[in-house]
This record gives sequence, structure tokens and C-alpha cells, in this order.
Amino acid sequence: MRLFEFTALQIKNKILSKEISVSDFIKNVFDRIKRVEPNIQAFITINEEEAIKKAIEIDRKIENKENVGLLAGLPIAVKDNICTKNLYTTCASKILKTFIPPYDAFVVKRLREEDAIIVGKTNLDEFAMGSSTENSSYKITRNPWNLECVPGGSSGGSAAAVAADFSLMALGSETGGSVRQPAALCGVVGIKPTYGRVSRYGLVAFGSSLDQVGTVSKDVRDAALLLGVIAGYDLHDSTSANVPVPDYLDRIDSGIDGLRIGIPKEYFTGSFNADVNKALKDALKIYERLGAQVVDISLPHTEYAVAVYYIVANAEASSNLARYDGVRYGHRTSKPSGIIDMYCRTRSEGFGNEVKRRIMLGNYALSSGYYDAYYLKASKVRNLIKNDFDAAFEKVDCIICPTSPVPAFKIGERANNPLEMYLSDIYTIPANLAGIPGISIPCGFSEEGLPIGMQILGKHFEEKKLLQIAYAFERETDFHVKKPVLKISSM
Amino acid sequence: MKIDKEEIEYIANLSRIRLTEQERELFVHQLSSILSYIEKLNTLDTENVKPMAYTNKVSNVFREDELEPSISLPDVLINAPATKGCFFKVPKVIE
Repeated sequence: MRLFEFTALQIKNKILSKEISVSDFIKNVFDRIKRVEPNIQAFITINEEEAIKKAIEIDRKIENKENVGLLAGLPIAVKDNICTKNLYTTCASKILKTFIPPYDAFVVKRLREEDAIIVGKTNLDEFAMGSSTENSSYKITRNPWNLECVPGGSSGGSAAAVAADFSLMALGSETGGSVRQPAALCGVVGIKPTYGRVSRYGLVAFGSSLDQVGTVSKDVRDAALLLGVIAGYDLHDSTSANVPVPDYLDRIDSGIDGLRIGIPKEYFTGSFNADVNKALKDALKIYERLGAQVVDISLPHTEYAVAVYYIVANAEASSNLARYDGVRYGHRTSKPSGIIDMYCRTRSEGFGNEVKRRIMLGNYALSSGYYDAYYLKASKVRNLIKNDFDAAFEKVDCIICPTSPVPAFKIGERANNPLEMYLSDIYTIPANLAGIPGISIPCGFSEEGLPIGMQILGKHFEEKKLLQIAYAFERETDFHVKKPVLKISSM
Repeated sequence: MKIDKEEIEYIANLSRIRLTEQERELFVHQLSSILSYIEKLNTLDTENVKPMAYTNKVSNVFREDELEPSISLPDVLINAPATKGCFFKVPKVIE
């Protein structure tokens, strides 16, 4: 096994026991990136110089027997909509091409405090608006399992980076499934925490009542490690929850005997990919064998979730993206004839089509005469969707369903039909609307050899239980240790 | 829900976005199809349902009004396309 293929916790042990040095490991990682990245295109910015400096610094700390952080020497990739001090943060948008944040996001500050090494900033759909990473203004990221397929999105760069062993772990962000869906499509683990569990300070705002930073990792225990570092209260985010953070790794192996798993009938109807269906059915059999009880439940308002989401998220986005006006940061058009002309031309030049479409849809839903029919209506149905989950969790401990209705699709296949693309998030969106946590873990492969993800949803702030449930499955299976066979052109 | 070119132009203006003729055509078609899909919400009776924006119980978050350091002025201005002294510079606003 090559060094970069190990998990974060395995590498951590090797570093702390001085079996390997951080500097040697980081070199190994960047060699890997240089060799394979041209075929994957997971990064917008690579942070090699700073990473090497940081590695030397941590090696010195270990040599001097100083205390080191929980993520000492572990390379982590960060989605490019999360602010990193003195390192470009573009949101994959032309409008922020030159933006260098003067501050760190809360989660990035936490990474640095725990001595993690930021290897680079990963590609995404512009402003996290998309499900395939094809909406990036800079590049198209390829799925390491099949270079002709998308990695999912919008955190496609983060998921591809972990799947291709460019970094041990990564941060992504979710508004409607943007961590879980690419994690599923790339065969890695993705967590979307409870709304408020992780501070949004420094995460570039998209849909503020839905946004959450999430983790991407190679297995469930690494996910527990990373979530433990980034979770917690932050004064700078007034929606951040002041709820104690448990030790997510502690007793992660306690098993699931007596667990009640809910299977929502609405998620298993309609045109359903046969491979995904079979993988899920097999997974449930494993859970039953481990002592869980599978219970049929109903989430009756599921079919309205995508419609609600595209009103709520875009209404919030239209307001959040009003800040890109060419005044304080980012692109400004040349020789404007006046202030309004400057706003209009700056934004028309700076935003891609999907972003324009969503801003317009959001403004339409909020505009005079349409507010009640769209935004207010959607906010009411959102409440019904949350009530569905509340009722379900009175009967069951968690809900299991596919993360995505299909495995990774081909690049270009859905790019011209926004509505069809929106429907790829049908299983992930409800959790964001209800604010509940979810984890996606690998649970099988399609006939073409593409990874399939299974999603476990739980009650607010029950990430620890979700990790235990996920780990119970992972321990029994080997889907998470399978690696893509990369057919790369440049060696 | 069919949305026409005039409405598209109206929303584009609200959004401070200028569209080319080609984009206008495309958006008329795409936004109409998205809005038709969203129509399905109207099949639900929500007369007695309260709207929900935040899923956690959030009330006003207060703190003591104490002085704290903020981002320095040079850092605030560093990303601006045009500045003059300690100001952001923009085209004339009032004629």
C-alpha cells in the first residue's frame, strides 16, 4: 500500500510514532497530486509552498516533544468557497477571481489550530450552485472512478481529491446535498452536520438558512475525527448552536443492536436505478443481521422538497449575492458610465448562467405580487417537511435511503437541463430543509463499477449516533477500502 | 407558469443583470419550465401552516457591547478594485 492511500488516523499514528515525518509524507502527497491532478482537475489553487513550510514546522514540534494538534501534519483540501487567509478563495466564479480573504473562516481557523496542512482549494459549481461541478468557471473536475463522469457537486473537487488520494480529508459545504451527493458518487464518506453544529463564519453565503460546512473522508472514523475539530459554538455566527460537542470517536464501535431503521416508502418508488436499489436492499440485510429492526415509514411531503428548495435557496441566494457589486472586492467592469451601469455590467460579466438563473428566480419569488405565492408558500411547505421528519423520528432512530438516485452520470449529460439537474438532489434536499444531520457512506458498486452511496439521516445534533450506525456497517464491508483504478495519461 | 420576455427583463433589472438577446430567449424557456415544476406546491393546502425559515429555535442573540479589534483598514481595502485614501472609489452616484 502506498503512503497516500492510508486513512487520516493511520497516518496520524505513523507521524506521532515517528515512523514517518510530516515533510516526507507531504512530499509524497504532492508527488501524487502532480502526477494525477492533470487528469482529475480537483483543485483551483494548490498550496504547496505553505504546506511544505507548515510540515517542517510540525516536524520540529514533534522533534522537540511539544504538544501538537489533533490533526498534526494531516493534509486537508478545502472547498474554494471557504475563506482562507492570504489564499485565493474564488467560489469558482469569475467575479471573485482575484479575491484573497483577509481572514480565515471559523473552520479553517480550527484546522490551523489543530496543525492540519491545507493542500489546496478545491473546485466547485460556481457559488456552490450545482450538482456536478460542471458549473465551475475554471475547470471541469473528473470522477476518479471514471474520467468521463462527473464527480457530483457542488463539492465535487473535495470528493474527487479524497477519492484520488490528493488529501486525506477535505472540507465541503452543503446547501442541498453538496457534500453527501459527491461523496456518494466518488465512493467516499460525507457528512452534512445539523444546521448550527458548525459555524458558517467565513463560508461564502449561498442559502443562509440551509448552508452548513461538511466533511469528506476515506472512512467513518476519519469523519468523526474531522467533525470533532470543526464543530462547536462560534460567536461570529449568530445561528451557531451552543450545544456541547461530544467525542465522536469515543465508543464509535458500540454497535447497533436494537436500532430501529426507518425506510421511507416515498424514497423507494418511481424510476429507480436498479443497481442503487439492490445495493440498498443488501445494506439493509446487513443491518438486520447486526440486530437492527427495519421499519416502513412515510415522509408524505417528500415530492415537494425540490420545489420548496429552489424557492427558498434561490430567494436567499438572490439576497446574499447582491453584495457582488464591484465595489469592495472582486471583478469590476471597465469604464462604467455610472454606478448602475457598473453594477449591471460587473455582475453580467462576473456571473455564469446558472448563478444568473438562480438570482433571477430568487428575485422573482421575492418580488412584489409573487412573494405570497412563492416564498411564503414554500416556507410553509418547508414546515410540513420538517414535521414529517419529527413524526418519523418518534418511531425510528434513523432513516436510511439512497444518497443519489443514480451513480455518477456522464459529463455533459444533464448540463443543458437545469430542472433535471435539480432533481439529482431529490434525496438529499429534505435534510437541509429540516436542518437534520446526514452521512453518506459507500454501500456498493454499479455494474459499470461506479460507487453507490447510502445515506443515514438522524435527529438534530445526533451526529454521534449516525457515526456509530455508519461505522457498524463499514466494519462489516469493504466498499470504503476499494480504490479507483486510474487510467492516467501522464505518468 | 409561463413567463414572458418582458417579465424576464423586469427580473433581470431587479437583479442588476443585463441579458443578451440569446440569454433572454434561454431564460424565458428555462425559468418557465422551473416555475411550472414549482406549481406543484399549489396542490397542497397550507391555510393553517406556519411558515418556517430556521429549523433551530433561534431567538435574538445578544452580547455585551464591548470594543473588539476588527479587520484592519488596509486589509479591508486590499481587495477593492478602486480606492482613494481610506475610501472605496465608485463612479459618481448623484448627478
